[in-house]
Amino acid sequence: MMSTYYAGLLADIGILLIGTLSVYVILATGQLSLGNAGFMGIGSYIASFLTVEWHWPLTVALVISALAASMIGIIVGFPALRLKGIYLAIATLGFGEMVRSFFLNFDRMGGSSGYHGMQHISLAYIWLWAAGIFLIVTILERSQLWLELRAVHDDETAAGLVGLNTTHIKVGAFGFGAAIAAIAGGLFAHHYVYIEPGNFGFERSIDFVLAVILGGSTVGAGAVVGAGLLILLPEWLRFLADWRLAAFGVLLILVLLLRRQGILDRPLLAKLTFRSGAW
Amino acid sequence: MLLQQLVNGLTLGAVYTLIALAFSLVMGILSVLNLAIGELFMLGGYIGFAVIAMHFPLPVALAAGMAGAAILSVVIQKVAYEPLRDAPLVTPMLSTLGFSIILQNVVTNVWGSDPLQLPSEMFDNRVALGSVDIGVMQLVVVGATVALVAIVAYIVQQTSVGRALRAVAESREVARLLGVSVNRVTLVAFLISGLLAGAAGVLISLHYAAITPYIGVDIGLKAIAVMVIGGTTRVFGALIAGPLIGIVEVFTIAYGGSQIRDLVVYGLMILILLLRPQGLLGGSRQDVGPRV
Amino acid sequence: MVTAAKNGAALTLSGVHKNFGGIRALSDVSITVPEGRIVGVIGPNGAGKTTLFNVITGAFHADSGSIVTAEQIITRWPPHRIARAGIARTFQNIRLFSSMTVWEHLLVAQPRQGASLRNLMPIRWANPEAARRAEDALSFFGLEPYRTAIARTLPYGIQRKVEMARALTSDPKLLLLDEPVAGMNYDEAEDLRALLVGLNQRGLSILLIEHDMTFVMSLCHEIYVLDFGAVIAEGSPNKVRNDPVVLDAYLGAEGAC
Repeated sequence: MMSTYYAGLLADIGILLIGTLSVYVILATGQLSLGNAGFMGIGSYIASFLTVEWHWPLTVALVISALAASMIGIIVGFPALRLKGIYLAIATLGFGEMVRSFFLNFDRMGGSSGYHGMQHISLAYIWLWAAGIFLIVTILERSQLWLELRAVHDDETAAGLVGLNTTHIKVGAFGFGAAIAAIAGGLFAHHYVYIEPGNFGFERSIDFVLAVILGGSTVGAGAVVGAGLLILLPEWLRFLADWRLAAFGVLLILVLLLRRQGILDRPLLAKLTFRSGAW
Repeated sequence: MLLQQLVNGLTLGAVYTLIALAFSLVMGILSVLNLAIGELFMLGGYIGFAVIAMHFPLPVALAAGMAGAAILSVVIQKVAYEPLRDAPLVTPMLSTLGFSIILQNVVTNVWGSDPLQLPSEMFDNRVALGSVDIGVMQLVVVGATVALVAIVAYIVQQTSVGRALRAVAESREVARLLGVSVNRVTLVAFLISGLLAGAAGVLISLHYAAITPYIGVDIGLKAIAVMVIGGTTRVFGALIAGPLIGIVEVFTIAYGGSQIRDLVVYGLMILILLLRPQGLLGGSRQDVGPRV
Repeated sequence: MVTAAKNGAALTLSGVHKNFGGIRALSDVSITVPEGRIVGVIGPNGAGKTTLFNVITGAFHADSGSIVTAEQIITRWPPHRIARAGIARTFQNIRLFSSMTVWEHLLVAQPRQGASLRNLMPIRWANPEAARRAEDALSFFGLEPYRTAIARTLPYGIQRKVEMARALTSDPKLLLLDEPVAGMNYDEAEDLRALLVGLNQRGLSILLIEHDMTFVMSLCHEIYVLDFGAVIAEGSPNKVRNDPVVLDAYLGAEGAC
């Protein structure tokens, strides 16, 4: 039997992996979202409401919350088209903070005192979703659609001129990313069986981004590496007691300096999986 | 009561102004979000506290806090920014986040995670102006802010250093062609940014007579909003936006319940980004932002 | 009001104007590319040639006038729709996708198979025809040795080929080439000429901007001369070569050619 300690860490990794993938698919188009915790919060609250108040099965609730969040993602994605680079990132940051602040004021779902009553889920259930979403992203990465995402990432103007509808691609990525983040939120709520607005703040959004960049932002498998590292590294550094966060910060800077493309990239992944670059 | 709130909002807004300027110096010129600025602010506050505790006068504390934060800001520039300046913008942003994590941890270990407090009588002189009761420290905060903004505005607009800063903000390539040392300019931007964040830290912590290692997190995020609302390329933008947000915030707390204020502030920020990306005071609309 | 193009034209521009902040970039430009022909646009630097391409492909919209291809008025269409209507282009300063291999460049611009689920599946088994078309382009341009290389890291001449191959995989009826032989030596230019003649014989219409006069004169069926944003001469290579207005524009502006 796995100890509760490791089960807890694995659950955290699974949920973080899903959140990380939600940033990954948006970043694949060159758009940096610092507000995905907002989508996570939306999914979390909707799924919890459906299971607790309406007694819906969790899986159905998760799907519904993902659809709702993706609508919101698309609504957010359209104005985001007007912004680029760091200004887009700041706008998404503002969106995330607004969502957090909204739930703080949303007394129907507990407001600042949080919401509970969810049924605890198993580790296996979390990882079923994590693995499923990871598989979907991995398949997508080899598709025509993904090539189009990368084209927009590399050179948006040229992408349009070779016939790609960059608007659909960029907004669609936001919708898809939001749906994934919402799943992470629903699972989070039913793992911890208690949620409060503070769970879905800027620090959560930045964790997702951190995991993407650390693991490697050009391959989906990087999200696995990044999510694993982000949860396990602080554990491995426990022997440093009070200084472990500082050590984590130092390691973070070192990784970025030594491997700015992240731990995994396309050539390394190809080597590890014995594939030639041809596909 | 109304006037009292106005004064309180102005004090808070002054601090926002300083931190927003600290953000915008780096962001407006290099398009990089320095996520360690909140912690530079916090560090400045602790240094100020320590100096005051050694019974030095306030100007010394201010200078020490500014110097400490500025030195660290330069270290951040050298270690976290410079080697990554050709990387996508998200990468240097995360390496500054690394510094923010380190600083928070170190300060917590040195000074503890509980709030530090000054003896309450220390900066508690107050002046009564009619019905309004103003702390002397509030006057110091606002006065020092105005002075610092004026100095920064002078540097940016009147000196050769300022011209170099603006040239780099316009276009790195052009600046290089004009013989501007982009490296030195970057260093100066981080230096001034650190000085301002440090000053803000000393001022606000002495005003509240209390400080915690986490003071930079919330105020730092809010200052990003202030920077955007004021416009990232205009020094005086922050001088309007800071007090504006400070006053809005104090009033929503006083009359509308404290919870709604973030909704208002960030909502305003997003509106500005979409409708007036050059900020409230900004000039012509620029094509904002290189890719991430 | 402009009605659809005369039959037999791959592209018709009628009275196109484009200003940039008061500066006249294109002024009353009318150009026709008959189907199956190679048309050249020449003119001194700054004559508005690249602006012309940008207006045709929708990178900017014309201020007035009309652009018609395949009996559709595309003047105000977004770039991606124009590309899908059968107009592909290359760029003066090559624009390849920085993260992509040569092989990926040959897939990315291929027309999608509707909104089908196949676009979401691995290309190799969901869409073998796309892979086959990419394979064809690869061998047509002799790019097999570079299949898995990141295109941006290859020599300049190869990059030009990749860009042209990418343009052709979108299955265009009209190909716009922006200075295709710039930076090429004589042999390379000759190879490209043979290639373009071959493509043209298969029915592809071509509109090209070029500075290299020998290349333009020997390849194009018709030539337009642009100066200060306006067409100052048009006709067969021979006619244009001997047009005093053209000589004047060139000798006056550059003193060379």
